[in-house]
Amino acid sequence: MLELVTISALNGVLYGMLLFLMASGLTLIFSMMGVLNFAHASFYMLGAFFGFQISQMLGFWPAFVVAPVLVGGIGALVERYGLRQVHRYGPVAELLFTFGLAFVIVEIVQMVWGKGPADYRVPASLDFSAFTVFATNYPAYKVFELLTAVAIFAVLLVVLTRTRIGLIVQASLTHADMVAMLGHNVPRVFMLMFGVGTGLAAVAGVIAGPALVTQSNMAAALGPILFVVVVVGGLGSLAGAFVASLLIGLVQTFVVSVNLSVADVLSRVGVAAPAGGILLDVWNVTVAQIAPIIPYLLLVAILIFRPTGLMGTHAR
Amino acid sequence: MRDVASEINISTRGIPYPAGAAAAARLAAPWIALAIVFAILPLIFTSGSALTMLSMMGIMIVFALSYNMLLGETGLLSFGHAVYYGLGGFLAVHAMNTVVHDALPVPLPLIPVVGGFGGLLFGIVFGSVSTRRAGTAFAMISLGLGELVASSSLILRSFFGGEEGVSTNRTKLLHLFGFNFGPQIQVYYLIAAWCILCMIAMYALRRTPFGRMCNAVRENPERAQFVGYNPRMVRFLAFSFAGLFAGIAGGLSAINFELVNSAAVGATQSGLVLVAAFIGGTGSFIGPVIGAVLVTWLEAMLSDITEVWQLYFGLLFIGMVMFAPDGVAGLVTKHAPLWQARAYGSMLRLAQAYLIALAPALVLLGGLVLGVELTYRISGKAAEGTMISFFHATLDAASAWPWALAAALIAGGFGVFRLTWPLVGAAWHDAFVHLPATGRAK
Repeated sequence: MLELVTISALNGVLYGMLLFLMASGLTLIFSMMGVLNFAHASFYMLGAFFGFQISQMLGFWPAFVVAPVLVGGIGALVERYGLRQVHRYGPVAELLFTFGLAFVIVEIVQMVWGKGPADYRVPASLDFSAFTVFATNYPAYKVFELLTAVAIFAVLLVVLTRTRIGLIVQASLTHADMVAMLGHNVPRVFMLMFGVGTGLAAVAGVIAGPALVTQSNMAAALGPILFVVVVVGGLGSLAGAFVASLLIGLVQTFVVSVNLSVADVLSRVGVAAPAGGILLDVWNVTVAQIAPIIPYLLLVAILIFRPTGLMGTHAR
Repeated sequence: MRDVASEINISTRGIPYPAGAAAAARLAAPWIALAIVFAILPLIFTSGSALTMLSMMGIMIVFALSYNMLLGETGLLSFGHAVYYGLGGFLAVHAMNTVVHDALPVPLPLIPVVGGFGGLLFGIVFGSVSTRRAGTAFAMISLGLGELVASSSLILRSFFGGEEGVSTNRTKLLHLFGFNFGPQIQVYYLIAAWCILCMIAMYALRRTPFGRMCNAVRENPERAQFVGYNPRMVRFLAFSFAGLFAGIAGGLSAINFELVNSAAVGATQSGLVLVAAFIGGTGSFIGPVIGAVLVTWLEAMLSDITEVWQLYFGLLFIGMVMFAPDGVAGLVTKHAPLWQARAYGSMLRLAQAYLIALAPALVLLGGLVLGVELTYRISGKAAEGTMISFFHATLDAASAWPWALAAALIAGGFGVFRLTWPLVGAAWHDAFVHLPATGRAK
C-alpha cells in the first residue's frame, strides 16, 4: 500500500508538473493578451513530433534544445501574422482562430507523420532505473522529466520576478498601455510571450513524447484537460494553474490505481445488483475506469461551488 | 463591429409584426417560397446520393441555426453543442425501438419531438451549470462538458451502445396515410417539413423580446442588467432553446441514418456545427443556413477528390476567421447598399477589380494545393509511389521540379496578388464614395 502511494505520488507530481509546464504558458498568454490559445496542446504535440524527428537525425539532446526553439518560433510567427490580424475582430474571433489552428496542426501532423504512433524512444543515456522504491524500479527518464519541469518552473519564476524583462512582462499583463507609453514595444512583448509560451508547451512535448505515446491524437487527448486546469485554477491565475495542475495530476494518477467499483461497496452492505440497463453499467464501473472523466467532474463541481475557479479573483 | 452597442439600438420590445392581410402575406411569402424550393429540389437532383446529401443538409440547417442561437444571438461560443444533438438522437433512437418493441401507436414523424425533449432536458441540466459564466470561461466549460459526455458514452454502454452505437428500423413504426418511410424520398420530405417548422420557430423566437434580450446580453451584459433582466437567466434560456432545436436535429439524424453512435456527441461533430455556422455567417439568420448547405456539400465534394480534405477545410476556416469574420452572408450584405442604390456602374467596376485579383489568388491557391499534395505523397502515402495526378497532369514528387513549380506558383501568385489587391480597395472606395445618400441606409 505504501509502495503504491509513493509511486503514485511521484507519478502524479510528474504528470502535474508536465501539465503546469503547459498551463503556465497558456495562463501567461491569456492574462497578457486575453486570448485563450486553443491550439496550445497542438504546440505540445508539435514539440513531441519535432523532438522525434530531430532526435532521429541528431540525437535526443540536440532535439531537446532545438525542437522547443523551432516550435516557439512558429508560435511567434502565428502571433505576428495570424492573431494580430484577428485581434481587431474581438476575443471570440481570436479563440476561433486558434481553434482552426489546432484543427490544421492535427491535419498537418497526420499528413506528415501519419496517424499511427511514432517510434519516439527514451534515449539510451537515460534508459536505466534511477532508484528502487520498495520493489519497484523508478526509471531515470521520469526523474529527468521531473527535474526538467521543476528547473523550468524555477527559471520562469526567477525571470518573472527578478529580472527587468520579467518586470516589463508583469507590467504588460495589467497596464499594457502604460508600458507602451514608457517606450516599450508591447506588440513585440506579446509576440515573444506567445513564442515562449508555445515553446514551453513544446518542451513538455519533447520530454513527454518518449514516456507517453507520440501520436496525432495526443493534442486532442490532452487539450481539454489543460483547459480544465486553467478554468479550475481560475483563468489568468498562475498560482491557481499550479495548484490545479498538481491536483489533477495527483487525482488522475491515484484514481487509475484504485480498482474499486460501486458493486464492491454496495454489495458489501447488502445491496443487490440491479437487473440491467444503465444502472448495471454504473454498478460495474470501477473507479479506475472513470479516471478520464474525473477532471471534467471536478470542473463541474468547481463551477457549482466556486464559479471563478480556485484562485480566480473575478469573472472574466 | 459588434462592440458599438449604441449603434445597434436594441429594443427590448421585440420586433412588432405589421398588421393587415397584405403584410401577413409579405411575412409568409419567404417561407412559402422556401417550402416550394424544398419540394422541388428532389425533382431536380434525382440521384440517390444527391437525395442523401439534401437530407443531411436539412438536418444540418436545423443544427447550425440552433448553434447560432448561442454564438450569433447570445454571444456564447460553445465547443460542445453536439452533446444536445447526440443525446437527442440517442433518446429518439431508443424511443423508436421502444415504440416498435411495445407496438405503441406512435408514427415516425413525431419522433423528433422526443429528440427535442432530450436536447431540452440536457440543455437545462448542463445549461444551469455552464451559463454561470460567459466569454472564454463558458467556451472552456462547454468543451469540458462535451468531453464529459463523450467519455461517459464509452462507459455507459447500455444507453450509448458502445462503439457500434444503437441502431433501429424506421419502417416498423405506425404507418400513417400509407407512408412507411422506407424510401429516402419520404424521409427527405419529413426532414424538409421539420426543417421549415424549426426555421420558422427559430426566426419567430429571434423577434420576440426574449430574442432581443439575447442580443443585449451579447452586446453588454451589464446594461442588460440595468434594464432589469438577469443576463445569466437570459443565457440559460437561450442555452435551453438551443438544446431543444439541436435535439430535434439529432432526432432527425436518428431517423435518417437509423443509427446513432458516440461520434454524434463527440468533439468533431461540435466542431463541424461551429464551422458551419461561422462560415455561413453568425450575424444574420440566413448565415448558418448558407453555412450548413455549404459545409455539407464541401465535405462530400472535397472528400471525393482528396484524402487530406480536412486540412483544406481547416485552412478555409482560418482564412474566413482572418479575412471574412462575418462569413459568406456578411460578404453578401456588404454589397447590398450598392444593389439597393442601383449603382450598377460601380458594381461592374468592382466586379472587374475582383476578377483581376482573382487570377493571382487562384495561382496562389493552386501552388498551395500542389505543395500540400506533394508533401502528402512523400510522407503519408510514401508506400504508393511518388507519382501524383494534379489537374490531370502527372507529376513525380521525387523529382525537384514539381516542388519548384509549387514554390514559384505560391511566390508569384502572392506577389501579383499583393499588387492587384489595391485595385479592389480603390474600386470599393470609389463605389461607396459615389453612393447616393439614400442607398447608404444604416
